[in-house]
Amino acid sequence: MKLSKVSGKNSKHKVLVYALSTCVWCKMTKQFLEDNDIEYEYVYVDLCDEDDKVKIRQHIQSKGGDLGYPTTIIDDNILITGFRKDKLKEVLGI
Amino acid sequence: MTPITIEMVQQRAEADARTYGYYLNPDAKFLQSLLEGLKRNEERYGYPSCPCRLASGKFDYDRDILCPCDYRDPDVQEFGACYCGLYVRKDVYEGKTELQPVPERRPVEKQARAYGTAVSPAATGATAKEEVEKVPEPKKKLWYCAQCGYVVFRDEPPYVCPICKAKREFFVEIKTQIEFSG
Repeated sequence: MKLSKVSGKNSKHKVLVYALSTCVWCKMTKQFLEDNDIEYEYVYVDLCDEDDKVKIRQHIQSKGGDLGYPTTIIDDNILITGFRKDKLKEVLGI
Repeated sequence: MTPITIEMVQQRAEADARTYGYYLNPDAKFLQSLLEGLKRNEERYGYPSCPCRLASGKFDYDRDILCPCDYRDPDVQEFGACYCGLYVRKDVYEGKTELQPVPERRPVEKQARAYGTAVSPAATGATAKEEVEKVPEPKKKLWYCAQCGYVVFRDEPPYVCPICKAKREFFVEIKTQIEFSG
């Protein structure tokens, strides 16, 4: 699957955002990361092929996520469902 | 076919909000983005499914997330907004209550349908079509609202009666029986 990378000065954490191309909360999450100069990768799940969708579902569920978007996975360990500013700040230390 | 425009999507949402006593999101940019998402979904799927949920592209599987979705009424009541934030309660519209992310109410087995078609045919020896057919079709039933008498034919009763706002618990299944005599 092809991940898009957004560069930022803060690359302390590996941040991956599973997003939908039509979703406002996903857009806000991406904007929030950009405003805070966080480097991250994202993929629009609705634009992925069926095989990739299955992989994404497995990845999210293996981290205890519930298939809501955006799903942000930090350091392949901490999963945050939805645009939760406070949680993002806490985990990313910003 | 008439091209779908943002104005059409907006007018439809405004009319629905008026009918049910809701408001559209007061943040113009936020609203615009949602309307664009709905337009995009209607263009690619043929129906305006929720822009903030992954659709399967199959009408029968996405029926519950067609905007306004099945979950809007209980979500607006409980959280002040629907899942994507398109429809809001008066206090949120007036800025008295801050809009917060709304937790997902849609059952995970329904969400999973958007990924269900991709069970690898190679792994099971079945074709993709057969895999799709394995997903059990919900059986539709007749339900009536014990408070106002509203009748609906669907797999589950609505969360909230669209007529009198009674909760789901007020819905009773109508048992039908066909008798052949003579």
